[in-house]
Amino acid sequence: MTMVVLNRRSLLVAGGSVLASGVFATGVSGLLLPARANGLAPTESMSGGANNYRKGAAIVDRIGKGGFWMSGTVRRAGDGAPLAGQRIQIWAHTVEGQEHEPQSHGATLTDKDGKFRLEMPQIIPIFGQPHGHLAYDSGEFKTVFLRPVMRSAKDNSLEAHFVLQAA
Amino acid sequence: MILIWIALALVIGVPTALAAISEQLAWRGPVYILAGFAGIVALGLVLVQPLLIGGYLAPLSAYRGRRAHHWIGGALVLAVMIHVAGLWITSPPDMIDALTYSSPTPFSPFGVTAMWAIFIVALLALLRRRLELRPRTWRFIHMPLAIIIVVGSVVHCLLIEGTMETFSKAVLCAAVLAATAKVMMDLQVWRKRRTLRGEGP
Repeated sequence: MTMVVLNRRSLLVAGGSVLASGVFATGVSGLLLPARANGLAPTESMSGGANNYRKGAAIVDRIGKGGFWMSGTVRRAGDGAPLAGQRIQIWAHTVEGQEHEPQSHGATLTDKDGKFRLEMPQIIPIFGQPHGHLAYDSGEFKTVFLRPVMRSAKDNSLEAHFVLQAA
Repeated sequence: MILIWIALALVIGVPTALAAISEQLAWRGPVYILAGFAGIVALGLVLVQPLLIGGYLAPLSAYRGRRAHHWIGGALVLAVMIHVAGLWITSPPDMIDALTYSSPTPFSPFGVTAMWAIFIVALLALLRRRLELRPRTWRFIHMPLAIIIVVGSVVHCLLIEGTMETFSKAVLCAAVLAATAKVMMDLQVWRKRRTLRGEGP
């Protein structure tokens, strides 16, 4: 799923990284970034991704009564190697509760192929868009917050993919 | 004469009624529901404003229409404040993102820009006499802001996926655009009227 999020924050971030890489390129002639240059780029946090985040959601078999599937992959930046056993936190406004409520939050671990899949209640449109939230924040890699949007509010699954870089 | 009132009641009433029976309401708290309906009411008021000032709502006289336009303007400010406050209570981080123009939702900047335009017009309307704004100056300020309010509100509303039913929402938005375009053409707001009104230097 391709997602183009154009707004002031992402533009600022993009502009800032262009500036920063320009500074690095002139300063240390790109020595810090050669491996990444032709490898898999890390996923940037999406704007609004961390909204209504609650630290330390428990690992669960299923959030609430289920009926909706959140799935995705976790890979390493550069070589794209799948990352097993990574904890991904998931929350959303669903038919069983609002985004900020504890019962709307849960976490799961990636399998040996770097894939994760967690059943949760049906996501419904909130603040004008049917969307979910995911977080990687275990510390080994840099924290990433995602906010994927469903193509239709009637969808009963949603995907999000992480490419993590060393913290 | 009665037709325009019936049309107005339908164009505002039908989308409001359809939103009131939306299944989405089942998953929302009372504050969020109030905030949503304040937004729908605000869009309805944005439709009433050009109709009043254009004198299309007979039997209201031009004078009464103008007076009503002022009061409806105040009601619009109130509706927008309830809309924003209710959404803030529902999800503070999402509302802060919207107000700081850093929201991931494409409709937010349109709504926030329209909100500021509404506040500026209301404030200037209150101060109009004290600032001794001449009609021509007032028109020069109010017309661009009115366009920002109308276009901002319409785009904001159309891009939102919420309780409103798509078709009735589109009809309401089209009516807002049409009423605004008609009154601006009828009153020739862009024409220099120096000679007509004797506002010469």
